[in-house]
Amino acid sequence: MPRRDDIESILIIGSGPIVIGQACEFDYSGTQACRVLRAEGYRVILANSNPATIMTDPEVADATYVEPLDAAVLARIIDRERPDAVLPTLGGQTGLNLAMELVADGVLEANGVELIGADAAAIATAEDRQLFKQAMIEIGLDVPRSGTAHDMDTAREVMRRVGLPVIVRPAYILGGRGAGIAATAEEFERVAAFGLEASPISEILIEESIVGWKEFELEVMRDRADNCVVVCSIENLDPMGVHTGDSITVAPAQTLTDPEYQQMRNAAFAVLRRVGVETGGSNVQFAVDPATGRQVVIEMNPRVSRSSALASKATGFPIAKIAARLAVGYTLDEIPNDITGVTPASFEPTLDYVVTKIPRWAFEKFQIPEGVLGTSMQSVGEVMAIGRTFCESLQKGLRSLEHGRLGLNADPAEAAVERLGDAELIAAAAVPTPERIFQLEALLRRGVSIDVVSAATGVDSWFLDQMARISEERLMLETTSPEAMTRAGWRRAKRLGFSDGQLAHLWGVAPADVRFLREGAGVLPTFKTVDTCAAEFEATTPYHYSTYEDTDEIRPASRPRVVICGSGPNRIGQGIEFDYCCVHAGLALREAGYETVMVNCNPETVSTDYDTNDRLYFEPLTTEDVANVIAAEDPVGVIVSLGGQTPLALSSDLPADLVLGTSPASIDLAEDRERWNALCTRLGIPQPPGGTATSFEEAQQVAARVGYPALVRPSYVLGGRAMAIVYDDEELSAAIDELADFGSLGREGGPASERPVLVDRFLEDATEVDVDAVRDCTGEVQIGAVMEHVEEAGVHSGDSACTIPPTTLGDDVVAVICDYTRRIAQELDVKGLLNVQFAVKRNGDSPLQMPTRWSGPGASDVFVIEANPRASRTVPFVAKATGVPLAMVAARLMVGATLAELRAEGMLPEAPDGSPRASGYVAASDYVAVKEVVLPFNRFPEADAVLGPEMRSTGEVMALDATPGLAFVKAQLAAGTRLPPEGTVFMSMADRDKEAGLRAARILHALGYQLAATVGTAEFLRRGGVPVAVEVAKLGDQEGRDAVDLIKAGQIQLVINSPRGRGPRADGAHIRSAAGGAGLPLVTTGAAALAAAYGLRDLRGQRPTVRSLQEYHRSLRGAA
Amino acid sequence: MTAPEPALLVLCDGEVFEGEAMGASTAVASGEVVFNTVMSGYQEVISDPSYAGQIITFTYPHIGNYGTNDADSEAARPHCRGVIVRDVARRYSNWRATASLDDFLCRHGIGGITGIDTRRLTRHIRDAGAMPGAFGTADEATLLAAARAEPGTSGVDLVGEVTTAEPYVAGSGPRRVVAYDLGIKSTILSCLGELATVTVVPAHTPADEVLARQPDGVFFSNGPGDPELAGPAIEALNGLVGTVPVFGICLGHQLLALALGGRTFKMRFGHHGGNVPVRCSASGRIEITSQNHNFAVEAGSVPGVTETHVCLNDGTLEGLSVDGADAFGVQYHPEAGPGPHDARRHFTAFAEMMDRRRAPA
Repeated sequence: MPRRDDIESILIIGSGPIVIGQACEFDYSGTQACRVLRAEGYRVILANSNPATIMTDPEVADATYVEPLDAAVLARIIDRERPDAVLPTLGGQTGLNLAMELVADGVLEANGVELIGADAAAIATAEDRQLFKQAMIEIGLDVPRSGTAHDMDTAREVMRRVGLPVIVRPAYILGGRGAGIAATAEEFERVAAFGLEASPISEILIEESIVGWKEFELEVMRDRADNCVVVCSIENLDPMGVHTGDSITVAPAQTLTDPEYQQMRNAAFAVLRRVGVETGGSNVQFAVDPATGRQVVIEMNPRVSRSSALASKATGFPIAKIAARLAVGYTLDEIPNDITGVTPASFEPTLDYVVTKIPRWAFEKFQIPEGVLGTSMQSVGEVMAIGRTFCESLQKGLRSLEHGRLGLNADPAEAAVERLGDAELIAAAAVPTPERIFQLEALLRRGVSIDVVSAATGVDSWFLDQMARISEERLMLETTSPEAMTRAGWRRAKRLGFSDGQLAHLWGVAPADVRFLREGAGVLPTFKTVDTCAAEFEATTPYHYSTYEDTDEIRPASRPRVVICGSGPNRIGQGIEFDYCCVHAGLALREAGYETVMVNCNPETVSTDYDTNDRLYFEPLTTEDVANVIAAEDPVGVIVSLGGQTPLALSSDLPADLVLGTSPASIDLAEDRERWNALCTRLGIPQPPGGTATSFEEAQQVAARVGYPALVRPSYVLGGRAMAIVYDDEELSAAIDELADFGSLGREGGPASERPVLVDRFLEDATEVDVDAVRDCTGEVQIGAVMEHVEEAGVHSGDSACTIPPTTLGDDVVAVICDYTRRIAQELDVKGLLNVQFAVKRNGDSPLQMPTRWSGPGASDVFVIEANPRASRTVPFVAKATGVPLAMVAARLMVGATLAELRAEGMLPEAPDGSPRASGYVAASDYVAVKEVVLPFNRFPEADAVLGPEMRSTGEVMALDATPGLAFVKAQLAAGTRLPPEGTVFMSMADRDKEAGLRAARILHALGYQLAATVGTAEFLRRGGVPVAVEVAKLGDQEGRDAVDLIKAGQIQLVINSPRGRGPRADGAHIRSAAGGAGLPLVTTGAAALAAAYGLRDLRGQRPTVRSLQEYHRSLRGAA
Repeated sequence: MTAPEPALLVLCDGEVFEGEAMGASTAVASGEVVFNTVMSGYQEVISDPSYAGQIITFTYPHIGNYGTNDADSEAARPHCRGVIVRDVARRYSNWRATASLDDFLCRHGIGGITGIDTRRLTRHIRDAGAMPGAFGTADEATLLAAARAEPGTSGVDLVGEVTTAEPYVAGSGPRRVVAYDLGIKSTILSCLGELATVTVVPAHTPADEVLARQPDGVFFSNGPGDPELAGPAIEALNGLVGTVPVFGICLGHQLLALALGGRTFKMRFGHHGGNVPVRCSASGRIEITSQNHNFAVEAGSVPGVTETHVCLNDGTLEGLSVDGADAFGVQYHPEAGPGPHDARRHFTAFAEMMDRRRAPA
């Protein structure tokens, strides 16, 4: 069937900020869909609040709305753009939920907009657990026994009928949030109540527990003509009970006989047909009882998902791209398979390799020492590895995680497991944690039988036996020496996935020596191709992985090649922003005539789409693996400065003449405290006083010299790992201890664990400023943007909201900041990107006046904090705010282009002239862009929801509007914080925030809000002339009601609560936790409170603007 | 654990692959080397009689993971000459399993070789075509000589090796079907057996003997080798088409074409897998099919038929029905075993065809 020509324009709903359970896989799928639909001639309108995505690049859609993903905002977009159809299946759970809201609100019907891909009835059947279960029973499929409940009484009744243990899952929740297992009646009470609260419709499903069963997933597609195919089967190594997003998973399925597999395949198609997914991709999850083979259907997602991104990367079958074409009427047989070029998409990929996906967690960020995995997803990222065998792909995957592991043990970090006795180890392995995979290997190596380990953990014996092969090989390797290794011996070890680093560890030699001897024995990696067809047809797409086989499939290239090292797994502090930069480098360099080669191991990303670059190597970003790619490709250069800390850490191990852009020596200069200090002194740029220390005593001396409060941090880390602000010797001692004995940081390895600790005077009450700039080889510097943070210094820059342009800094201050940036860029001989952070000391009485511009502190108060000659996480925000593709520009500068040339080409707009445009491309008179962050505290109820020097946000949103206030309010909405238009505001402020709090309170009072406050804050407010309606007792006070009571009683609409110092303090933590539980907007800094107050004021009498990014950018260029 | 014994695979063009011996102890085994791309169903593939004379390469690297069981074999014993894999499982895991793949191979005297770069081998066969080869623990020269001496599947009566010696009855369905055993798979028999009581007869059974059994329909099975060598069965088809409903699968389909005056040819490396898209010309629907054939019917060569199915990968003719007679054939395997069940309705169509015939009588 041909494409539909009864529709002309299509609205695609994105998935918004990166959160746990919904990450950049939806950028990958959305970008594919936008490109395909535009190529088909449709007008594509995109709504997505996440600026770090490729899909929100202004070139990707016809109209791009970087606006809050909120039904009312979408209704306004629909009203403006009048699309014929909405495609909701590419924006994750967010996209589906919003589409359902638009249906319920009647917006689609009123505007004559059709839902394509999946209709409302299908979405409801798939998403409503009761409807879904009924549907499954209707078509004769087996499901776990279950029932739903909307209140505790019914819940108990269902639990008695189903029988303990049970799983409780809230309805309409992404990533399994709020789900839990109950084995006892007491546990059930807690889990059920939590689930009812978590579900937006107060509905929970109570289900027969199938914990310990084997878990499988099929990725399936269906077209309008009812043709169905399985794209990929996936088997989880972790049995049922661990969320699939937190499981190690393997493709294809390994332990199903063909009759069982076909039964599952038939069932998956039946599910698709019954649910009514007319076109597109879905995933269907199954559990299998290992003892009887009984198969039950667990759930299905009528949309592309994290698993479909994985399946696409695992097979080479681009699910999202094809789903988009199916949605507009094509059938599978009308779409060619890109990889072979000659066969159609109506087939089922067959693999001749094994794919392993391993999640990456961030428990250390939340001070949770032992992260226990369960039915609620907690991982923040994942890696995928390809090998010819499971052993090889598992070990490659583990070393891709960049958690300091070199493979499946046989590395320094295995010491943690080795300390445990056998019984302890078995007990530990029975509990699913990130460490379990390493514990399993240790058990097998100690000779504990596979049957015992399998019984204790539920991990299938086939997987365990494969791991035992690794154990046996390791024991054998330990008895030999590198010199005694034969060619066959080397080959066997490498085919089991051992890295040179592991071998070096076992033999106590240097990895380079291992490599030298191995290569001398003629054992070299070979690169094979992911081709969807197990080599039956010739592949035209160079998508490769390394393995140790006989022959290699790399073809010679005709143009000079540039290798771009990606950023590896998403983690807090290093996420999609860096993938964005790498993708842009690829785009720019391809355009400039290079053949680009991507090396990365993150299956969620656009960078690992096989057609983003000329060649793709799905490989771990380790010295060994990247060196192998370089040897295979013989590139003219390697880009290491766009993917965050991951590739940067490799730069010293790569040939220096291959590193493009700023030299590794300059990068090191910026990190080396002594030399950096000397540089600043030479340039006459003030820094906060500070020094370095390798012991507490030294740190104490530095602190005594510079005075408290002091900022303590390790060097060479991203995302403020283990940073602290300390107010006295005791806190300093605690911070140093933590750094010295910080297991996870040491494990992450690299220079951070070896370098001295930095101790600086912490500038309290200072505004933090970020600058992104580029410099070319002629020495010209262009400022991309100056960003003013909303939260003051002390909150990690990655967790702080910020604005372009600055809203309170005076022209003179901005001029000084730009001047310092230029001088630093010159001195570091930067070629490409430079990010500099400044602190601007506020004088006296915090003149934070968002609406009144250019009236802040003076030029003499600017201090430089640090400079990083590499891509920063703000680069995409800058690009979206200014319309200047800064990462593309940087990539071109790195291969020798000049800014003048890029201006001539039209890639770079003419240099803005005169103040205040000299500070970047956006002037105060144009608009204000605000970036706000999204924090995952709802996933970690144990953690205190406050901001600090350690970064903990998972993602970010952006909002643009005419005033800083409006943009800030919109950014809050986009980040999920709906500031109340009226009601009671509870305030409890730390002393240093009281001034800003008072200013906020004045505004709120004037707007008609009631104020409630704790005793101290109330007194301060009253003294400042602001009436406080409700004075709140201290927690636990018998007299009167405390804040938690008020929150629970629904008497508070907004909570402003700022903590002092570090660590959870009983009062504040309880209040913040109660606010989180009640879903109340929570503001934790004085600065943000003030910004919110201004925003609420600006909202009176005017609506936030709804306007496309293209229109914003046109207004800039038009005004230039 | 005994140390694995090194073994070699040598193709007749001199390509050499290093591996380790598996299965029954084998100094030299030769046959035509083909590759199969299924990811599950190795027991069915190894026991499929259509592989007589061939050495099967599995492109999926891990083979043997779920062991073997008593239900999934396609014949009482495998007829292939050997198995080539990248990585054979040491330990299996599945509730249905009764023995490891290695034990299964040993029990049936089939040798194999593991540790092979099967992707290199597959690409070689893809480019150079399926060719004779030999594997085993013998030296390279011996294996090369064996590979060169191996006739492959051309000009050899492989059907004679695999067909039943005596007729037998299978299934208990309400109709009566006579099935020519040219190497019939047990999954076909169970599919037919649900529809009919099936009398399985040897490949050389003449048409009149079959008609004497008064069948509602006659089935021609899959089987190994060159269809042009199956003379007696082709002759029988000539006496049956038009008289009684006829259904042919794979080799049976090729014989039907030959009987009608069509031509067959040997493909470069054939279709062996479970993921081949086939379009039904009448409905436009796509079936993902299980396939296993080195020979095919030349499109346009068969007079008096409608070409009903085509392979979307390469345009191979995949099905035909005889104009004015109740007879049809498909090149692929609607019974699956292993593979998708998308095309099982062909058995229903055969039953309906038989019922239409019976109804007026």
